[in-house]
Amino acid sequence: MYSKLMVPVDLAHVERLEKALNTAADLAKLYNLPVCYVGVSASAPSKIAHTPAEFSRKMQEFGQSQASKYGLSDVTTAAYISHDPAIDLDDTLMKAAKDSGADLVVMASHVPGLAEHIFASNAGYFASYADVSVMVVR
Amino acid sequence: MTDPTDITPEGDANLIETEYEIGQDNISTHIGPFDLDIHNPVFLVSGLTIVAFVFLTLAFQDSVGPMFNDMRGWLTSTFDWFFLGAANVFVVLCLVLVVSPLGKVRLGGTDATPDYSYAGWFAMLFAAGMGIGLMFYGVSEPISHFSSSFAEGAGSPDSWAPLSGAAGDTEGAIRLGMAATIFHWALHPWAIYAVVALALALFSYNKGLPLTMRSMFYPIFGERVWGWTGHIIDILAVFATLFGLATSLGFGAEQASAGLDFLFGLPATETTKVFLIIGITGLALLSVVAGLDAGVKRLSEINMALAVLLLLFVVLVGPTVAIVTGFFSNLVSYLEYLVPLSNPVGRTDANFSQGWTAFYWAWWISWSPFVGMFIARVSRGRSVREFIVCVLLIPSLVCVFWMTAFGGTAISQIVNDGYQAVADASLELKLFTMLEGLPLHQITSFVGIVLVIVFFVTSSDSGSLVIDTITAGGKIDSPVTQRVFWAVFEGLVAIALLLGGGLGALQAMAVSTGFPFTIVLLLACYAIVRGLMSEPKG
Repeated sequence: MYSKLMVPVDLAHVERLEKALNTAADLAKLYNLPVCYVGVSASAPSKIAHTPAEFSRKMQEFGQSQASKYGLSDVTTAAYISHDPAIDLDDTLMKAAKDSGADLVVMASHVPGLAEHIFASNAGYFASYADVSVMVVR
Repeated sequence: MTDPTDITPEGDANLIETEYEIGQDNISTHIGPFDLDIHNPVFLVSGLTIVAFVFLTLAFQDSVGPMFNDMRGWLTSTFDWFFLGAANVFVVLCLVLVVSPLGKVRLGGTDATPDYSYAGWFAMLFAAGMGIGLMFYGVSEPISHFSSSFAEGAGSPDSWAPLSGAAGDTEGAIRLGMAATIFHWALHPWAIYAVVALALALFSYNKGLPLTMRSMFYPIFGERVWGWTGHIIDILAVFATLFGLATSLGFGAEQASAGLDFLFGLPATETTKVFLIIGITGLALLSVVAGLDAGVKRLSEINMALAVLLLLFVVLVGPTVAIVTGFFSNLVSYLEYLVPLSNPVGRTDANFSQGWTAFYWAWWISWSPFVGMFIARVSRGRSVREFIVCVLLIPSLVCVFWMTAFGGTAISQIVNDGYQAVADASLELKLFTMLEGLPLHQITSFVGIVLVIVFFVTSSDSGSLVIDTITAGGKIDSPVTQRVFWAVFEGLVAIALLLGGGLGALQAMAVSTGFPFTIVLLLACYAIVRGLMSEPKG
């Protein structure tokens, strides 16, 4: 039914992603899909990584830990550097979906509140505009 | 990055090992529906201090205004040698770095690639920190220095002429006037920006420290930089940036409305000015919400394209041959007078060296945290040599050309055509009066006023990004609400000061922060050299 699963992750808040990561792993095993974990960071140092190279290493480590935790056989990771992640996140994820060739995306989102009427939530935006299937986990 | 596993490493860099984790002092919370992620003391203290200063200035205008103005005057006249000497240090350091092996160090590691193309990069450099000044002073300053140099009594203690003036000598006064103007807009100001930008870029991209002012003091203060020592540096930077921008915005609205009055007869009332501030702030908001690439960069590029069009127009329609030859002769005059003009001691032209030069240096330096940090943000991937050539030498040449085209044309109008109007016009109308002396002035003046407004927008949007980053402890991915807050706050401060009075007082206050920042920048020079020496070159 699907050929590849993409999971956007925020390494700064992995604890909030637990449910989405579980769901993604279950779906991957159910349909026997390769999984690509995608992270987006700024080029300036952040809490997670001091350099883009360190960020991509951390993403690879994260992918490996997910592979061993859930027994996934085909895991890749992609690290994207954005000039202004607070704004460009949605478009970068959109590009990542194209680059990775994924046709199913599982992503976490918080429950929308008033602020989402002013600034669209990332998952909401992604689900509205992506041309692949998107599962938003709340 | 089509193959997700094939990620090019950034090559070697010499990271600083520190216990500090970026964002560890941040508060992540929600206020109403909005997410916040702010640095605990820096955001609150700078925000509250700014509000307190605005209230104090509004409430005690009669005493606070003169106090700030006196302080500014006292600093630039007492410490003129310090400002002039320090600025020379910055220029010399930059020039030495271009030719030394340290120039090979690449910002972001040996294999880093530039984040922005040359065009986008240059556009942002000019739009953030200097464009607006070029619009206002491009015509007026060359005229001022030419007139004071030419005047009878130039060189006497009461004169405002640079050096000993050139009383009665038209050619000599043009040479000296242009050299003195270019002196204030070329190597020295760009070296001030370059020092801050280079220090921040180096300590952030190569050393892994957060992108905030305090990081460049790590070699001096060590881990203490994460405590109150660093908080104070960051708070001072926010303070200087916000007041620098808000007061410029207030004065800019006054100047833009004078221009609108001159061109379209739109009365320069307070309502017009407030609407201008609201309009500029609104455009800046759209720009910051659209982000660095889609908003700030695109607007800067539009801005640059318009400025280049206006420049080409003046060159082609104005005295073309005189401008082209003037570029080279002004460059020669600048280099000829560079040493005497930058001499920090034993000056006999106190009015000029203190009232103009030291004031300008304090002003550029008070803007340097903002402009320097913004330049750092967009300069990753450049080598130090390339960085200095592009941030110091090329912008200096552009300024020589701009001043030649605008100031040279205006002086030629006065001297050759007897067009006295441009000499008599008030400061904010000199550009428009000069354009009136050329054909198609209705179109060019309109382009001029659009440029003035858009240059304010591009300063305001990049300033909001910078303040947001500093008050978020160096995080550049903090919630969008925060940059919106700072852009609106800046507009509100400008409106309050415009209506209540106090723009001048707080601008003097902002310029006064140039004094502590001069010390900060001298320390930064030391940090740059130490930091670069420990980097791999390649």
